[in-house]
Amino acid sequence: MSAVATSVSTIMPSGPQSARLVRRLGRNVKERLIEGMLFLAALVSVLTTVGILYVLLKESYVFFQHVSIVDFLTDTQWTPLFDDAHFGIMVLLSGTLTSSMVALSIAIPLGTIIAVYLSEFAPFAVREIAKPFLELLGGVPTIVYGYFALLFVTPILQALIPGLPGFSLLAAGIVMGIMIIPYVSSIAEDAMRAVPMHLREGSYAMGATRFQTATRVVVPAAFSGIASAYILGISRAVGETMILAVAAGMQPNLTFNPLEPAATITAYIVQVALGDLPHGSIGYQTIFAAGLTLMLLTLVFNVIGHLLRKKYREAY
Amino acid sequence: MAYARTLEDIRALIVKHKRWDLIFALIGVLALMIGILTFVALFVDMAIKGVPRLSLDFFSNFPSRRPGEAGILSAWVGSMLVMLVTAVVAVPLGVASGIYLEEYARKNIVTDIIEINITNLAGVPSIVYGLLALGLFVYQFGLGQSILSAGLTLALLILPVVIVATREAIRSIPIGIREGAYALGATKWQVSRDHIIPYSTAGILTGVIIGMSRAIGETAPIITIGALTFIAFLPPSPVTAEPPYLSFEWLTSPFTVMPIQMFNWTSRPEAAFQVNAAAAGFVLVLMTLAMNGLAIYIRYRLRKNIKW
Repeated sequence: MSAVATSVSTIMPSGPQSARLVRRLGRNVKERLIEGMLFLAALVSVLTTVGILYVLLKESYVFFQHVSIVDFLTDTQWTPLFDDAHFGIMVLLSGTLTSSMVALSIAIPLGTIIAVYLSEFAPFAVREIAKPFLELLGGVPTIVYGYFALLFVTPILQALIPGLPGFSLLAAGIVMGIMIIPYVSSIAEDAMRAVPMHLREGSYAMGATRFQTATRVVVPAAFSGIASAYILGISRAVGETMILAVAAGMQPNLTFNPLEPAATITAYIVQVALGDLPHGSIGYQTIFAAGLTLMLLTLVFNVIGHLLRKKYREAY
Repeated sequence: MAYARTLEDIRALIVKHKRWDLIFALIGVLALMIGILTFVALFVDMAIKGVPRLSLDFFSNFPSRRPGEAGILSAWVGSMLVMLVTAVVAVPLGVASGIYLEEYARKNIVTDIIEINITNLAGVPSIVYGLLALGLFVYQFGLGQSILSAGLTLALLILPVVIVATREAIRSIPIGIREGAYALGATKWQVSRDHIIPYSTAGILTGVIIGMSRAIGETAPIITIGALTFIAFLPPSPVTAEPPYLSFEWLTSPFTVMPIQMFNWTSRPEAAFQVNAAAAGFVLVLMTLAMNGLAIYIRYRLRKNIKW
């Protein structure tokens, strides 16, 4: 910075005016430096994405040199660590999809009802108390939910459904669904509260009841936001790891029956990471191929969500 | 009754529709109760099983093969050290990103990319961050399965939370404050340093606390980088007796954290270890509850006190 200052003073006339100019120049350089540093900080998040894609694609590339993509997508067995190795991602995908279906069949209806209730029906005091509670529900570590699913929910379900094994997609899915409720309800509620008041007032003026206003005016008007809430719920369900690793068992199992134990993509990654696989082995690379599948899956849902939002966005 | 013809018809219609209001309100309360009661059941169940196990020894003992003597010393020390790294990395980066995006960024394609990217990162499953850390930090950068790797991973994981909170806090500052400062000849950085950052501190703090409470409970990414589940020693102390009094050896030490210790105990078949898991889980939930409660309290105070 001093080099800049001296070079400036040689071309500028001396006196108090030039001193001020030099000071201003120094200040501008400092401003620019700070802006550059802030920009670099903002760039870290972009680098994170680049890093994720780089790692997943690099290791998956090596993996797919050993295993053909056709086998990966069509094989019905997943036994990467056996002598007779099979790499059928379908097996893990079935566990992920089944557990997600169970979770979403709980989280989406309950989350939506709670959102409508809190936004349109609940008295102020109820909302002020319920919202922090829901937030706490979403803040509980997932390993704690895993413990809860395995040692609290599973015994109850076993009493209700005779013959239910100690690990099941059902128990894990139910607890996962309850965990996801706050994510769905809070975003859906925000969307509904963003609907302008005059739409409701118009509806009430026509003699509509609260329920009619909620279901026929507010929900349709907030649909794009509600869709985002659902998509977020789906991504959470697909990417959830610890509840499944603890309560659904880690046995690969091609099934769509929630009453059976099965490994999901995420649980498989945990299982491999817990073992002691040497860096660079085929077993090590499978977890990156599995991770890539998971990323693509969440990407598909995010794109669908983006399209839905675009199609149904209402501007006021 | 397609059309209401008489006053009685209309009254009947109103009663019918009002009944639906009531029914839905009841369903709403019920749905809310399912969520809240689950939380209560979870908390009470763990408290009943775990609290008798809590004692000073539980916090000062290493994990052990004998469930009665096992403790969480290495786990909670590990969690604290990992959190320290996470906070030191995530807070400056997140706040700087937030200030850049709100105060400096011009509306152009680079800014759009950064913004879309942050939204997408918030939806990436946490285990994928674990894979990133395994491939990049552990092997490519050679940081190993260390506290540093884990702290950096969790920092990247909570970065979107901190950025979003910072941006929201900054956005709520009225434009008049900035205009006043600019009118007096302040530069952009002077405005940011003297006005934007101080006024948004409480909002940023809320986001940081929520991010940290998420990081302290994260298990999957840390398992993925290969943290050991059985650690019966502590990392080297950050403070030493001889100059320079500070040691950074702990950054490269192997470690375990609370959620991993709990996972280890939960997945054992012996009931005695599951009691330990309940106790560790209870401590973990209390920590996250305390952090979330603090964040909610700060936000509440903020909403009450600030009137621009």
